[in-house]
Amino acid sequence: MSQFSFQTEVNDLLRLDAPINKGPTPRWKRKAAERRSSTSTPLRNSSRLNSSKTPSRTPKSLKRTPGKPKTPSEDRFIPNRSAMNFEASYHKMITAGAENEENECTSPSKVEYKKNMAEKLGGNEPNARILAFKNKAPTPREGHLNDLRVLYSQNKTTSTSTKKNARHIPQVPERILDAPDLIDDYYLNLLDWSCNNHLAVALGGFVYLWNAASGDIVQLCQTTTPSCYVGAVSWIKEGNFLALGDSDGVVQLWDVEAQKRVRSMTGHEARVGCLSWNSYVLSSGSRSGAIHHHDVRVANHHVATLARHTQEVCGLKWSPDGKYLASGGNDNLLLIWDASVNTLNNTNTPLFTFNQHQAAVKALDWCPFQRNVLASGGGTADRHIRFWNVGSGNCLSSVDTHSQVCCILWSKEYKELVSSHGYAQNQLTVWKYPSMVKVTELTGHSCRVLHMAMSPDGQTVVSAAADETLRIWKCFASDPVKKKSKPNLTSSSLIRLGIR
Amino acid sequence: MAASTKQESKAITLKGSAELVTEFFGYGINNILYQRGVYPSDSFKREQFYDLTLFVCDNKELQDYLSKVLQQIKDWLEENTLQRIVMVISEVDTDEVKERWQFDIQKETTGKTEDNKGETSKPPPPKSKKDIQREMRDVIRQITASVTFLPLLDGQCAFDLLAYTSRDQDIPECWEESQARIIANSQEVRLRSFSTTVHKVDTMVSYKGDD
Repeated sequence: MSQFSFQTEVNDLLRLDAPINKGPTPRWKRKAAERRSSTSTPLRNSSRLNSSKTPSRTPKSLKRTPGKPKTPSEDRFIPNRSAMNFEASYHKMITAGAENEENECTSPSKVEYKKNMAEKLGGNEPNARILAFKNKAPTPREGHLNDLRVLYSQNKTTSTSTKKNARHIPQVPERILDAPDLIDDYYLNLLDWSCNNHLAVALGGFVYLWNAASGDIVQLCQTTTPSCYVGAVSWIKEGNFLALGDSDGVVQLWDVEAQKRVRSMTGHEARVGCLSWNSYVLSSGSRSGAIHHHDVRVANHHVATLARHTQEVCGLKWSPDGKYLASGGNDNLLLIWDASVNTLNNTNTPLFTFNQHQAAVKALDWCPFQRNVLASGGGTADRHIRFWNVGSGNCLSSVDTHSQVCCILWSKEYKELVSSHGYAQNQLTVWKYPSMVKVTELTGHSCRVLHMAMSPDGQTVVSAAADETLRIWKCFASDPVKKKSKPNLTSSSLIRLGIR
Repeated sequence: MAASTKQESKAITLKGSAELVTEFFGYGINNILYQRGVYPSDSFKREQFYDLTLFVCDNKELQDYLSKVLQQIKDWLEENTLQRIVMVISEVDTDEVKERWQFDIQKETTGKTEDNKGETSKPPPPKSKKDIQREMRDVIRQITASVTFLPLLDGQCAFDLLAYTSRDQDIPECWEESQARIIANSQEVRLRSFSTTVHKVDTMVSYKGDD
C-alpha cells in the first residue's frame, strides 16, 4: 500500500498545481477554522441573538453582558425584536381584534335574537307559562273597514290642498241603475249624455235612452241580427240625433224624437268602437285601425279616411273648437289630427304622434278651460294619465294612477277632472288640475268602470262598469254662492248691452 | 292587627290593588280596541272614567269574553302569580301579528311587612287611590296618542289576550297554553308605567316595522 501512497505523492509533486495537503495549514484556513469555532461559543451566540437586527452604534458594549446596559440608553426604547415572537403575537393580535369586533358588531342583534329565541322557546321565563282563554274574542263583523283609514289616507294630500277643497263630494252614488248585458269590453264606448238630458246606453244589441229629468226609459233600437251588437254611441251636439256604430262596421244615425233610423253609413271593414262629432262631420274609429269622416249632410258621406293606426281605434275625440281630432289606439299610439289637413286629403300624416303610452289609449278628453290641452289615459300596462299641449306637441305632465285608466272627463265647473279605473279598486278619482292632487276617490263599482258621461249641466257624472250597473255621482256640484253671483253677472251685462 | 287597620285608611291592600289593576286592564284593552279600530266604532259606548271619556265596547259577546278574562286576571293578581298580560292584534286572514301590547306586572313590595317582624324594609309612602288613578289615566292617554305613530291596521283584525303566569300554577278551566306570538323585527315603544305600591305595571307596544 505504501508504494501506492508514495506514487500518488510523487504524482502530486509532479503536477504542482494540486492542493497542498502536507505541511502547516495556510493562514486563511486557520483563520476560517478559528472563526467557525468562535461562533459556537455560548457568549458570542447570546450577544448575536440580542443584537442581530438592531442597528447598534455601539457594538463594543454588546460584547459585554447584555444584562448591564448603560444608563443613557434608557431614554430610548429599543425593542428587543428577537425576543418578540412576531408571527405569534401578530396572529394573536389579529384574531383578538376580530373577536372583539365581532362581539361589538353583532352583540345587540345577537342578544336580541337570543332573547327572541329564548322567549319563543319559553326559556326566558323559566317560571312563566303563557296562557290564553280558550274561547276567543268574537271577530269584528265582516266587511268592517278600519275607520282610521281616513286619518292615514288624508296624509297623502297636502294640508293646503285639503283646505282649498272645502267642497263636499258625496261618497255614495246618487242613483244606481241596472245595465244588464253591458258588454265588458275596454275598446267600446257605450255611454253618452246629450244636451237634452238623455242618456244613451248600448246594452248588447239594444240601445236605451234614459231621460235623466223624468226617469223614463225608452228602447231606441235593436240590431237586426242577434250576433250584432252596438259598439259605440255618440250624440250630436244639438242632441236630436244619435250616432251608433255596430259590430258589422255600420254607422247609423237615429232621430230620437221620431225614434227612426235616418241613415246607415257603411264603409268600415270591422266593428266601430268609437265615434265623435265635429258639427256635421261624424268621425268613426274601427277595429281595422281606420278612422272615417262622414259628412252626414251629403249622399256621399265618406269624405276622408285616416289610416295610421295599425290596431283597433278605441278613443276618438274632437277638440271643442273643432280644430283637432285626437285618436287613441290599441297600438299604444295617440295621434293628433289637424282638421284643415284632413280636408285636403293629405290624410296619412297626423299633426303629432305620441308614443309615450305603454298600453292602449282609450281615455281621451279635451280641457274645456285651457285651449289645446288634452288629457289621455293608458290601459293596464301603462296606468298613466298624461297631459299634452297639442299646440306645441309637448307632454305637460303625467301621473301614475296605479290602475288601468278607462275614461277621463274634465269638469266644466272646476279645474278638476275625473278618471275611471279598473283593478284593484274600480274607483272614480277626482283630480285637481294642474297639481294632480287627488280630491277624492269614489268607490262602489265591483268591476272596472268602463265608461263615463257628464250631464249637460256638468254637475253629475254617470259611470258604467262591467258589474252591469250605472252609477250617478254628483261629484261636481256647483257652488251655491257662485250660482247666485252668476245670474247677476249676466243680467248686468245685458243691461250694459241695452244701454249701448 | 291594629297597625294594619290603621294603615288601611291610606295604603292599598293587595285585593284593592288587584281590583284597580284589573279595572285598568279593562279600560286599557277597550281603549286599544276602539282607538286602533279593531272593532267598528259604532259598537262602543261612552263611559266616564279617570276624568276621561273612554269608549267601552257595547257588543254582548265581546263584553262576555272580556269580563271572563278580566275575572281570571283579577284572581291571578290576588294570588300574585301574574307576570304579564299581552294583547295581540293579528290579521284575521293571515294570522299575522300586527301589534303586541305588553303589560308587565311586577310586585312592588310583599305588602305585608309585619310578617318578617324586623321592619328593616320601609314600605314606600302610601298613595291615594286618586293618585294611582291619575297615573293610570296618563297611561291610557298615551295609548290614545299612540294612534299617531302606529301604522294603519289594514284589513280585518282580531285580538287575543295572553297571560304570563307562574309555572307552578294549575291551568284554569277554559284556558290553554299558547305561543308568545312575538313580532319578528318589530319596533318597540315604551309607554309610561304606573304603580299601586303593590303592583307596578309597565306598558309597551311593539308593532311591525315598515322596512
